[in-house]
Amino acid sequence: MSLFDKIKNGLARTRDQLRTRIEWVVKGKPIDEDAFEGIEEALILADAGFETTEILVASLKEKWKRGQIKTTEDIQTSMIEEVEKLLLPIERHIPTDSKKPFVILTIGVNGVGKTTTIAKLANIYRTSKKKVLLGACDTFRAAAVEQLEVWAKRLDMDVIKHTEGSDPAAVAYDATKAAKARGIDVLILDTAGRLHTKVNLMEEMKKIKRVITKEVEGAPHEILLIIDATNGQNTISQVKTFHEALNITGIVVTKLDGTAKGGFILPIAHLLKIPIRYIGVGEKMDDLIPFSARDFSRALFGDKPET
Amino acid sequence: MAMFEKLQERLESTFKKLKGYGKLSETNIKDSLREVRIALLEADVNYKVAKDFLEKVKEKVLGEDVLSSITPGQQFIKIVYNELCELLGKVNKPLDVAGSPPVPVLLLGLQGSGKTTTAGKLALLLRKKGRKPLLVATDVYRPAAIDQLIKLGAQLNVAVFSLKDSKDPLAICREAKAYAMKNGFDTMIVDTAGRLHIDDGMVEEVANQKKFLNPRETLLIIDAMTGQDAVTIATAFNEKVGIDGIILTKLDGDTRGGAAISIRAVTGKPIKFIGVGEKLDALEPFHPERMASRILGMGDVVSLVERAQEVFDEKQALDLEKKIRKDEFTLEDFKDQIKQMRKLGSMESIISMFPGFNKFKGTIDFSAAEKDIKKTEAIISSMTRREQVYPHIIDGNRRVRIAKGSGTKVQDVNELMKKFMETKKMMKKLTKGGLKGLQKQLLSK
Ligand SMILES: Nc1nc2c(ncn2[C@@H]2O[C@H](COP(=O)(O)OP(=O)(O)OP(=O)(O)O)[C@@H](O)[C@H]2O)c(=O)[nH]1
Ligand SMILES: [Mg+2]
Repeated sequence: MSLFDKIKNGLARTRDQLRTRIEWVVKGKPIDEDAFEGIEEALILADAGFETTEILVASLKEKWKRGQIKTTEDIQTSMIEEVEKLLLPIERHIPTDSKKPFVILTIGVNGVGKTTTIAKLANIYRTSKKKVLLGACDTFRAAAVEQLEVWAKRLDMDVIKHTEGSDPAAVAYDATKAAKARGIDVLILDTAGRLHTKVNLMEEMKKIKRVITKEVEGAPHEILLIIDATNGQNTISQVKTFHEALNITGIVVTKLDGTAKGGFILPIAHLLKIPIRYIGVGEKMDDLIPFSARDFSRALFGDKPET
Repeated sequence: MAMFEKLQERLESTFKKLKGYGKLSETNIKDSLREVRIALLEADVNYKVAKDFLEKVKEKVLGEDVLSSITPGQQFIKIVYNELCELLGKVNKPLDVAGSPPVPVLLLGLQGSGKTTTAGKLALLLRKKGRKPLLVATDVYRPAAIDQLIKLGAQLNVAVFSLKDSKDPLAICREAKAYAMKNGFDTMIVDTAGRLHIDDGMVEEVANQKKFLNPRETLLIIDAMTGQDAVTIATAFNEKVGIDGIILTKLDGDTRGGAAISIRAVTGKPIKFIGVGEKLDALEPFHPERMASRILGMGDVVSLVERAQEVFDEKQALDLEKKIRKDEFTLEDFKDQIKQMRKLGSMESIISMFPGFNKFKGTIDFSAAEKDIKKTEAIISSMTRREQVYPHIIDGNRRVRIAKGSGTKVQDVNELMKKFMETKKMMKKLTKGGLKGLQKQLLSK
């Protein structure tokens, strides 16, 4: 399957749902206030959030009043343009070639897909012939280490681990040391899921970060926040809080193979401007694709994306 | 944060414009409904569910004499609140494990929704009630998922049934049932693999498990942070598999949890429990009223109190409450409080949880505020114990000495004394009637 087919599959449902709604509203009728209500509905249902939706709809309306849009196609083109413009600045890839070892620290709330995303990332780097090492800093959740080990075995790479219940910062320390000693290109650290509102767990995370920085200057080079497309407006609180505490450098949105649309990417782009690195579209090793503003906006609003 | 305050404020102002109209009508209620709608959407209540809900509210309030009340906004929100409680299901429905043993309970849901942890929590709950539960591990897909359940079982001292080499969930169910019968287990809690509601093959698989087990309870486990899609997910699982109840997980965060309304509205199935932490005893019965206030943005008070309970030990908290009630709260306690509060998190995060503090947001420089706290601590530390306990003896001379000792100015000391008195007043108000009283205060008048 080509990369593009994957994106298409992953976002097909999003696109279909939005498209049918927009077409239903606009088809055959002249554009009127009702048409905008339909667009509002579609955006809210995509989890874009009230504020962002209001801004987008207002700007569409403005264009309509000025006579710049008149037809269905105009609305569609205009939406795609607006959203792509909004998303383009956050389409930035992880600069893994810039440092060695390049250290990636993953974080996120419980069950979003951190461990699976790590496996997928490791697979991408392995395919590009990089030497990858994994660190099992989730010492809390039952069998979290085993889970990462199963993936590592499939990927044929090593995991640095301690026993369950031990200090995650100590694992991070050992993992960074090992990465340096073994001439590793990319070190990826798994951490325990934590709700962003838990102060003590946030402190634990800061400690892990400090330990890494002490071992490798400028590391962690990437602090990667994993968020779940199924979540709604709370995602924005997650991103904000993790960012305030740890200065995240990138985001991965998982589970876009479901029916959730991940529209919260829009307010994130609008308010926080943190790069979206990848999107997750399944449970398999190769179900991770680079985020593309162009494809995402087109897929979201039902244009036929170019191949 | 403090959405409720915001909502209430906005409502008051829209109603102000309506003063003198007497009864509410279709046209003059539009703005108020819009405010509630925004609040619901920001809480992740589904677009259509919110729409239907507001229709109902509209019918309810039309013709009601809200406008002659002094605070029509509050009056109005009370109606909204009551309707929300109604929709969420008035009474709590407990877990049903009646029937001839082994009674099967089947858990299902999306990936990462918290099924395995919830299975452990349910097992603990049942064990505490004197039952003999068996955990059944049928997630043959996610790496180490079975290990995870085995480990939870070991922690809880609850038996776990698994088949190491089987990739067939149905076969595992079959053997687990025979095992449970033979060994006298009275309940089977069956954990399943996470699956998408649109993955037909996987949905059929769990439907087959259900058909075989004929569970007393089939429970949908769903993340409280779920967005607009909650409706699609719950509808699909309910139609294709059939559910009896819902457990909402991860409610210990700051999500407003509007998904609860969406799910209730489309399935009509009761929410039975909420998950409020990673520890295995962090499972609570669902309370519709609490959920309703949370969705409207009053829930922050509840979570603040809960968070405080995590940090303060109970005896200390009781002592403190007594002191505040009896008006014996001293500067010494104040200092202790500051210390304890710091454990709760940054000033900003604490303050933003109080409904009344929303106004300050963006106007307070929190790093300066943190410095202020340090100053406060220094000043109190420069007081004698007697001064700390009997603040009224602190006269002008003493203030000069305290300022010197703490490296501050007399104005600072004056300022602090004033602040202390205010805090004391506020705390007294907060504890009056406990949490319930506070909520009542917020809703009434
Ligand atoms: N459908 C789908 N499932 C995913 C995706 N990414 C992860 N998952 C699944 O989500 C579940 C949880 O994933 P994990 O990787 O264990 O999540 P985690 O964040 O590491 O979880 P904790 O460590 O327990 O906090 C697993 O069943 C994964 O297979 C995705 O993009 N799509
Ligand atoms: Mg994990």
